[in-house]
Amino acid sequence: MLGRENVGMKTTTSYPSMQAHAGRPTNWQLMALAVLVLLPATAHAHEEVGGATGFTSGFHHPISGIDHILAMVAVGLWGAQLGKPAIWMLPVAFPMMMACGGMLGLLGVPLPGVEIGIALSALVLGVLVLGHIRFPLWAAVAVVAVFAIFHGHAHGTELPPGSSAITYSIGFVIATGLLHAFGILIGLVQHWTAGKWTIRAAGGVVAAGGVYFLWMALA
Amino acid sequence: MMAGRWPATGILLLGSAMLWPTSADAHLVSTGFGSFYDGVVHLALTPHDVLMVLGLALFAGLRGATTARALVCGLPIAWLCGGLLGMALPSGPDHPVASVISFTVVGALVAADLKLPQMAVLGLGCMAGLLHGYANGTSMAESYHGGLALAGTVTEVFIAMVLVSALVVSRRAEWERIAVRVGGSWIAAIGMLMVGWLARG
Repeated sequence: MLGRENVGMKTTTSYPSMQAHAGRPTNWQLMALAVLVLLPATAHAHEEVGGATGFTSGFHHPISGIDHILAMVAVGLWGAQLGKPAIWMLPVAFPMMMACGGMLGLLGVPLPGVEIGIALSALVLGVLVLGHIRFPLWAAVAVVAVFAIFHGHAHGTELPPGSSAITYSIGFVIATGLLHAFGILIGLVQHWTAGKWTIRAAGGVVAAGGVYFLWMALA
Repeated sequence: MMAGRWPATGILLLGSAMLWPTSADAHLVSTGFGSFYDGVVHLALTPHDVLMVLGLALFAGLRGATTARALVCGLPIAWLCGGLLGMALPSGPDHPVASVISFTVVGALVAADLKLPQMAVLGLGCMAGLLHGYANGTSMAESYHGGLALAGTVTEVFIAMVLVSALVVSRRAEWERIAVRVGGSWIAAIGMLMVGWLARG
């Protein structure tokens, strides 16, 4: 039986062009079709684009803007540079103050210069990481908290109305927290000499991004 | 030889009986999981309740084994009382803001690692249990087996409290306790955003 199957397979694969000409798809064509069918771009059955439709939308929101990502990762990097207890206090303070800003945005409380504040957050935090500048704990928390309000307000005013606000909020906060954790994880390489310089270089990149966003906000 | 055949025949008959099709309706949509398990799933599918239980379990765990034991008993009892009250008076006031504020406060307490006395923690937990249990009871009042569903929810609250608070109590490293506080800050942040959503309408 095994021999016959082998013979059959050999016959099938020996003349692919002949089969194609005869109107029957080859194995490769079928496989390509299957891959096309499985492309994830079509898998939006339960997601309304732009709507507060749940966890996925909320999770995606903070990571959809590079300015927010740079600032949040910079918070983690700076916390790692400052060490205990700032390494934990900053990621605790940022989500809570960002939620305060989001609440103000949702309530319609105006906050002037939001985009400038966000750009400045990347610039200032980047410079702090680049220069390995150390602040007292209360001052470090205050700096992060002020900038967090700007980020939260921008997110708050941008939050689209929807029926699943609670799952949206859960996804939103978890994504923000994970960005800080990502920054802290990167910051752990500072235990090596080369790692310290790498982090400071990363701070320079964040600061450069801040300059760019400030330019765009003022233009 | 007979003794060897009978067990095989018996196993065959038992297997046939187990495959009898009238018993194969465990996952029918019409029957569901049953009221008890509906109550279990109800908690898991209600984020307000999950955040409340999680926050209280984290806080009780941070306060130590004695406080955690008290709340593991107190919270489910309060939840049950609130649920029974909600089933008896289902037309009571709606309180989404109170529900959100309650888990926001608990999240903030976890984040701050506030050293509250045991009785205060127990009182806070009982008030939260009454509030959230009442909401559960009002939603279950229309169901014919609402009491069974409430029992499922209360059981789930008890199990979640035991598992999470025991996990936190057993953590000794500083960074682990800080991680718990970070979790509390996330709960508080979610609550603050929800206050904004509710105020916006």
